[in-house]
Amino acid sequence: MSWDWQVFFQDTGGGQTYLNWMMSAWGWTLLVSACSLVVALSVGSLMGILRTTPVKAFVWIGNAWTELFRNIPLLVQIFLWYHVIPSMFKGLQQVPDFFAVVIALGFFTSARIAEQVRAGIQALPKGQRYAGLAMGLTLPQTYRFVILPMAFRIVIPPLTSESMNIIKNSSVAFAVSISELTFFAMQAQEETSRGVEIYLAVTFLYFISAFTVNRLAAYIEKRVQVPGMVIGGAK
Amino acid sequence: MNLSFAFVDWNLVSSFILKGFYFSVQLTLVAMIGGIALGTAIALMRLSDKKWLVLPAAFYVNTLRSIPLVMVILWFFLLIPLLLGRPMGAEVSAMVTFTVFEAAYYSEIMRAGIQSVPKGQVSAGYAVGMNYSQCMRFIVLPQAFRNMLPVLLTQTIILFQDTSLVYAIGAYDLLKGFEVAGKNFNRPVEMYLLAALVYFIICFSLSMLVRQLQKKIAIIR
Repeated sequence: MSWDWQVFFQDTGGGQTYLNWMMSAWGWTLLVSACSLVVALSVGSLMGILRTTPVKAFVWIGNAWTELFRNIPLLVQIFLWYHVIPSMFKGLQQVPDFFAVVIALGFFTSARIAEQVRAGIQALPKGQRYAGLAMGLTLPQTYRFVILPMAFRIVIPPLTSESMNIIKNSSVAFAVSISELTFFAMQAQEETSRGVEIYLAVTFLYFISAFTVNRLAAYIEKRVQVPGMVIGGAK
Repeated sequence: MNLSFAFVDWNLVSSFILKGFYFSVQLTLVAMIGGIALGTAIALMRLSDKKWLVLPAAFYVNTLRSIPLVMVILWFFLLIPLLLGRPMGAEVSAMVTFTVFEAAYYSEIMRAGIQSVPKGQVSAGYAVGMNYSQCMRFIVLPQAFRNMLPVLLTQTIILFQDTSLVYAIGAYDLLKGFEVAGKNFNRPVEMYLLAALVYFIICFSLSMLVRQLQKKIAIIR
């Protein structure tokens, strides 16, 4: 077979080239990923923290949340937020598809982040918590000033791989016709029959996105490093 | 709206759901066995001291791990017919894809497992006259498998969840079964809810079992 990269300059029939379409699809992939990451980080941190508190009810909520969103496939969760929830609650029928995907992907990832935040907090010596409480800090203050600043530094590497996973997992949004990269790939392949060129380009864009996140996280990790802190896996 | 599950009977389950369930389980088992076998080979390549073995293995793992699974499914569905010269069913294509894709993840687990066996044991093996493959077969790999068994099984649960992504090429799996049933009875909402419940029950109970196993292994070691 021969290459035909000209396919990207063909008109899609809507007044734009396939290259334009692909770039806007890349934008959607990044936008879905970024919004989901915000949801996942905030909810995941909250649930992870709840699981380490001395309050039994909080621990139960955190555990239930993690198990619920970890044991249902992402695609099924997207269908739940897209088909099931709007039909059960009338007020939610006007919500755009974009938010269904962001909530689904965000909650799905929050379960994994909760697990890592919990592990990060528990990796700290128990004495730090006791020291905080003994000095008269309340429990929230102990978390705010003693535990969390250290715990979040510990979980940066696993959170990095979760951020890269979010970009990869955003591809599942094709199933509800969000016009992101994978959806573009499937549509453009069908319309142009130049599947190999299109898939190569899309795969390359996924590569760049994940790689950028990886470098960015490495930079953050370096910037916030506490000198002399070595915990767990470090050799 | 009012949910109603009254239409769900054995006839529906046996004519729509079971077929998909069997395929999902079959796909999971094929990809698990094939993926662990291929993954172990790749892990051994990555840990060898020959550069021409390390580089392709590292390339394989790093490439597959940075592409979304859906894209890999689409790639194989596109490429296999091009290479074979004849179309291949979505089901067979999915089995090949998942075996190749999961091998990358299983190989990382096996690599950690192999590295968890102290180096001295390999030296001891060589010292009593074993060669490389004997060392691996009789000393390292049995322990690596044993140490990594919970992680391998956890990965398999993730694999079972991921099989739902064959949606992209229209293979008839468990989720598809629920979807088709929902369309036929005009009750898609109930069917998606049931699908979520079934996946949850299967994955949750399996992960509980893995947790039990982990405790058991942890005590013996």
